[in-house]
Amino acid sequence: MSDFVSDFWNLYVVVIVLASILACAVLLIVQGKATFTPGKTMGHVWDETLEEYNNPMPKWWSWMFVITVIFALVYLALYPGLGNYKGMLGWTSGGQHKAEVEKMDATVKPLFDKFMAMDVKAVAGDKQAMEMGKRLFLTYCMQCHGADARGAKGFPNLTDADWQYGGEPEQIKETISNGRMGVMPPHEQLGADSIKDLANYVRSLSGLPNDSVRAAKGKETFASAGCVGCHGMDAHGMQAVGAPNLTDKIWLYGSSEATITETITKGRQNQMPAWKEFLGEAKVHLLSAYVISLSQGAK
Amino acid sequence: MLKHEQIEKSVTLLIILTLLVVIWGGLLEIVPLFFQKSTTTPVEGTKPYDAVRLAGRDVYLREGCYNCHSQMIRPFRAETERYGHYSVAGEYVYDHPFQWGSKRTGPDIHRVGGRYSDEWQRAHLINPRDVVPESNMPAFAFLANTKAKDSVGADIEKKMQVMRTYANVRGIPTYSDEEIKGAKAAIGDKTELDVLIAYLQGLGTALKNVK
Repeated sequence: MSDFVSDFWNLYVVVIVLASILACAVLLIVQGKATFTPGKTMGHVWDETLEEYNNPMPKWWSWMFVITVIFALVYLALYPGLGNYKGMLGWTSGGQHKAEVEKMDATVKPLFDKFMAMDVKAVAGDKQAMEMGKRLFLTYCMQCHGADARGAKGFPNLTDADWQYGGEPEQIKETISNGRMGVMPPHEQLGADSIKDLANYVRSLSGLPNDSVRAAKGKETFASAGCVGCHGMDAHGMQAVGAPNLTDKIWLYGSSEATITETITKGRQNQMPAWKEFLGEAKVHLLSAYVISLSQGAK
Repeated sequence: MLKHEQIEKSVTLLIILTLLVVIWGGLLEIVPLFFQKSTTTPVEGTKPYDAVRLAGRDVYLREGCYNCHSQMIRPFRAETERYGHYSVAGEYVYDHPFQWGSKRTGPDIHRVGGRYSDEWQRAHLINPRDVVPESNMPAFAFLANTKAKDSVGADIEKKMQVMRTYANVRGIPTYSDEEIKGAKAAIGDKTELDVLIAYLQGLGTALKNVK
């Protein structure tokens, strides 16, 4: 089907293109027949002795023009250019891209197939797979998790042994495939004083300096205000909802009283995007293994 | 017959003939594009920028983001592997002017929509080095200080009407009266940073996961 809204435009392009090429050819022929008087100048003199002669173009130069005209016609016969005409080679930029992708896919598919047949943990121990995983990580993941995978404020460090949503292969795969939506609701309604108590209690959980009187009050609020709903009675968190363990020394947003106060007051919201559709299963498999390999040896 | 000497000596004639040559090229290179379905029909999923995104787009233009970021993924494997499906003409039908850009100091961002979380975009715009230590992108923290309704959103209804005129000329879907009336309310108290993030998060989503 034609891409033009009407056949007129097909004709329009064909006529203008061919007329232009023809005009160039005619100009070349006419100019080739022009006569010149050797040694005759155009009558101008610059800078005392500089004169302009009216000589014919060098032969090689006129031949270049002739070649250009022939090239144009051959090109238009082979490639799309003349209106709706597709060209003898049937070339399209989309087709060229497809061929390029297919060629590379054929090369890497056996590799991905091999790793797909392996268990994620086994892939994590495969040197070649991890080299590939690293490249994938540096292309798709480093913007949030960092080139060293140590994360940033609000973006988890992947090299430690702490997991918000679980560190088992299936859980990591699920995180990468379908993404995660982390929501800590705001608790402004508790009032600044209660929040200060809570912040002190949270700091006390991991042994950070705190006001013990406030921490004791905060412990009560922690139970009564619903914090236990996600973080649990023992504040060890809940991986099913991505609620972090508050008793360890790992902090996603920071451990200062000011930061914890901000977290409780305004809440936190962040998202891990879903990658399944974009990357496909094989790459997710490899990346899951790479993420596991990152935290191997971490305590 | 017209002689070379005559053209050379008459500036007026030289200008007229030069213009004719340029017009001839334009007739062939530009005009047919207005009458091709692939360039004038929106790709499925491409919608007019809503009020918030349209305002955000103006922040994008004002800050000159196009100087370092292209919005044009070329049909090469190296690009589609990294960014996603190559860009097609029908995705730009609501871009006046388009933001293809011509240079990549930063990455292409035609399909940045949904690639990162809103929080990442916020942290990254406020100070890129907070999330990507190697980045050389300038910080745009100041965008959080201005309400969009006081700058890019001040004449949002007018902007939408102009965009609607363009769309109507081409006969493609566009804003309803209600959408234009509700534009100010949609922008509300959002900052320039907020509307810019909304714009970025909508970029290139039509073909994001298409292989």
